[in-house]
Amino acid sequence: MGKMRLSQEGVVFALALSLFVVFSLTLNNFLTGGNLIALVRSVSILGILGLGMGLVVIGRGIDLAMIATMVVSLSWVLSMAQGGTPLGTALLLGAVLALSIGLVSGILIAYADIPAIFTTLAMGLVAYGAGRAFLFQIDVQNTPAGVAWFDFLGSGMLIGIPMPIVAFGVLAAVLALVLRYTRFGRFVYAAGDNAIAARITGIPLRPLIVAQYVVTSLIAFFAGIVMAAAVSGMSTRVYNSTMIYDVLLVVVLGGISLSGGRGGVRNVLVGTLLVGVLLNGMTILDITYTTQNLIKSLILLLAITVDSFINPRDEQTSQQSQGDI
Amino acid sequence: MASTDTFASLRSRYLPDHLIGEILSKRWIDNAIPFSALVLTVVVLGSIIPDFFSVSSLSDLARQFAEFGLVVLALTIVMISGGIDLSVASVFSLAVLFSLIGVNVYELPIPVVLGGILVMGMGCGAINGVLVGYLRLRAFLTTLVSLIIFRSIYEIVFLRMSTSIMSGFSMSEMWLFIGEGTIFGVPTSLVITGVIALAWHLVLSRMRPGWRLTAVGGARRSAFNAGINVRFMVFLTYVASSTMCALAGFLFAARLGSTGSDTGVGLEVQALTAAVLGGTAIGGGRGSVAKAIIGALLVLLLTNGLINLGISGPITSTILGAVLLLAVFVDMRWQKHRHRILAKVYVSPAYLDLPPAPVVDAPGSPYALNDKLRSVEIIGLGEIEGPEDVILDRDDNLYCGTRHGDIVRFFGPDHKRSEIFAHIGGHPLGMQFDRAGNLLVCIGGMGLFQVAPDKTVTKLTDETNRSWGSVVDDSRLRLADDVDVAPDGRIYFSEATIRYEQEDWATDALESRPSGRMICYDPSTGKTHTEIPKLVFANGVAMCRDGQSFMFAESWTCSISRYYFDGPKKGKIERVISDLPGYPDNINRASDGTFWLALLGMRGPALDLALKMPGFRKRMARRVAPDQWLYPNINTGCVVKFNEKGEILDSLWDLGGLNHPMITSMREHKGWLYLGGVSNNRIGRYRLPDADPNWCAQDEYWGPRT
Repeated sequence: MGKMRLSQEGVVFALALSLFVVFSLTLNNFLTGGNLIALVRSVSILGILGLGMGLVVIGRGIDLAMIATMVVSLSWVLSMAQGGTPLGTALLLGAVLALSIGLVSGILIAYADIPAIFTTLAMGLVAYGAGRAFLFQIDVQNTPAGVAWFDFLGSGMLIGIPMPIVAFGVLAAVLALVLRYTRFGRFVYAAGDNAIAARITGIPLRPLIVAQYVVTSLIAFFAGIVMAAAVSGMSTRVYNSTMIYDVLLVVVLGGISLSGGRGGVRNVLVGTLLVGVLLNGMTILDITYTTQNLIKSLILLLAITVDSFINPRDEQTSQQSQGDI
Repeated sequence: MASTDTFASLRSRYLPDHLIGEILSKRWIDNAIPFSALVLTVVVLGSIIPDFFSVSSLSDLARQFAEFGLVVLALTIVMISGGIDLSVASVFSLAVLFSLIGVNVYELPIPVVLGGILVMGMGCGAINGVLVGYLRLRAFLTTLVSLIIFRSIYEIVFLRMSTSIMSGFSMSEMWLFIGEGTIFGVPTSLVITGVIALAWHLVLSRMRPGWRLTAVGGARRSAFNAGINVRFMVFLTYVASSTMCALAGFLFAARLGSTGSDTGVGLEVQALTAAVLGGTAIGGGRGSVAKAIIGALLVLLLTNGLINLGISGPITSTILGAVLLLAVFVDMRWQKHRHRILAKVYVSPAYLDLPPAPVVDAPGSPYALNDKLRSVEIIGLGEIEGPEDVILDRDDNLYCGTRHGDIVRFFGPDHKRSEIFAHIGGHPLGMQFDRAGNLLVCIGGMGLFQVAPDKTVTKLTDETNRSWGSVVDDSRLRLADDVDVAPDGRIYFSEATIRYEQEDWATDALESRPSGRMICYDPSTGKTHTEIPKLVFANGVAMCRDGQSFMFAESWTCSISRYYFDGPKKGKIERVISDLPGYPDNINRASDGTFWLALLGMRGPALDLALKMPGFRKRMARRVAPDQWLYPNINTGCVVKFNEKGEILDSLWDLGGLNHPMITSMREHKGWLYLGGVSNNRIGRYRLPDADPNWCAQDEYWGPRT
């Protein structure tokens, strides 16, 4: 019985593979070297963001401010670098900014009991608005020329593998180890499964929640570095796009339940694969940006509907005080 | 010393401390903070922006408000039911787009367009409603996704149709009237929104569907258990919400006649901010039309003000986001801590200077101590809980209330067998028979009820006239306590306090504030009115034999007074006893023309002294756990007999309170005295040595059986 049962990531993986095969057979430009590299690049950034989102979702949270954090901190870093600040110093300051955004979100969620989805939605607005008003003036920031390691991170290869994919792989491995073998990782699962029980057991729930959002913000910053290196710049259009829903799509399609406590890095990997193939295929099919949005949203809606059937919400442990949101 | 006492007495008499707690406990206090913020915003913006109050800017504001207010109201409805609807923004923009396509491009009649738009809104709402209501998806995420879906549809259609929308033009009178017309000087759209808001106000506050909606948001599981179709209610809220947003979009289209790529972008955050700022609770159960209106005005004024002041878009959105976070933060804190704050400030002790207590163990004292009640016969031990009052009918059957909400009848003459005579639901307190043999009973928390001999229960009254100066709604009866009937059938009953429920009687003792009263119900007219206001824990009532006055007890002042409701002294109150050694409870007639009086507890020097120190008792209520407060000593049982002159004639004690601590009532019947206690699990029966063995109270009141 147990062997026969299909796991969600198995289904998603099979789906991604068959989609890949179908696209390869039907689309002319799909199975070319250039396209595969582009696919992998875009996928790896989505994947890194998905890893961060996966972490908070396992802890029964959500972070809608990830894209804002990424755009604001990287735009600031690049604008500083353009202004003459050494890139290293600028990156350090950018990391501090990302960390503070995560810290503020985490504190508001953990200590002020504001629902995560509210906090991060509003935090995204606040961070982007403040950044746009005070930290950088133009919409598109370019990377400073002549920083070799930064260029290498974007377009280099390591034993034949593009660097963004390496970065994604390393981060995935680290996060998998953290989630599986460290106290922090186990506590995240415990808190996501049943926060009140975790608290009664003696887990420092509130600091744990803050830590999750800080880590996720830093992962968003990391994704921003990879993105800036890969496309040689950062555009505020990324913030206005629906990228955050792509990230959610990766996580939910991959099989990390929104009710928390379930899933892992493997789910993010297969989710990333499926979404990446899908996005790339749609681009080659020349479907317009808005229609792509429509299709992605419909798939996301389908995914959360299926999720609610597979992982029905437990009335005993779901947060009653915050109603049905 | 004397001057501090005078000061404390004056302060407690003229400074209405108790009003703070009473105001904080009102439901409308939730609106007070947003409302003051609104007033402040109007004042500040009015003083720094020129032409803020000009007619043209006000009429423009009114039209914007008509649309935005409708969207906020829509969101509020969903939030009251415990959900959230972020798709309001894109339903709004879809409605704008399709209205313009209908009017400008296809030149359809306006009513057809309006009907189509409303149906489109219902359809969008039904999608959300099925997903959230019936499939139980998370409201926030689901409506966020449907926001994107509807928005994508908008963008796809807008790209194709934008040029034909721009080139089209409608000459329809009706379209102009909706967009620019006025009704008696008020913009048409504002009138439409006003009518809808009024309708929702009536539904939410006065009608069953609205109450069910609030119940679903307040406690989903309880609402389900109470038989409400929770899923259907949730479904309906989303349909209503999207329909209202569609109407708002229609009004917007009529006003501007064009649409852009950014129409409705970010509207969901604005509406959410408005709803939360107005005081609608995230998570449901609390919200009103008034809150939605206050919030919508506040956000609209703020954003318009910021634009007027020339502040850039990103900063405006930052400010809006920060205001949203702040509002949610305050709301969460307020919801979590309001009970704690209220508990700290609600108790408001008054100054009370009791005359010295009589020395009960002095030789010759009428209160001479004894243990006569120690070895009484016990009735119904363990079968009943909390017989506050007991009464007997002409056939020697014994009636008492229990805290389970029953009136239990023990069959005479031996009182071994019993039955549940009536179930009313609240804790029955004082009882009396009227002329027709109906049992009148005061029910704590419910009011005055009547049980006919055939066991049918009738509510006589549960409200009295609202007094003007009272902040607490004193028209409802909170703690009807004891009852007696005048010869002409008028029923007089006491209400102990308007500030506390029955289980908090000891907190009222700590306050010792005149918040009780005597109420009269006249069965011939069916009217109820307050006869004597401002009594300190009005308790026992017993008719005097003259038929025009009654004795009543005020527990915390340890006094008995006589009130004349008829005759030459009508309206007068005479103090009969003012220095009882304990706190008086029920009064009933004795067979020899005097009265029995139960003392529910004994005074002690510490509490007597504390009554002169309101500040001390207030600190105690704030800082010490309730079970550590100073209480009346209720571990002694005592019944005394007094006459109309106020002389104490006899006293019966159970000193250790082994059998009958806290006696709250007693009835004489055919040579026996029956004892009840609100916290006891038994009724006592004491043989009165020299009482009339045939005396029955019902005969004395209403004459022998006919």
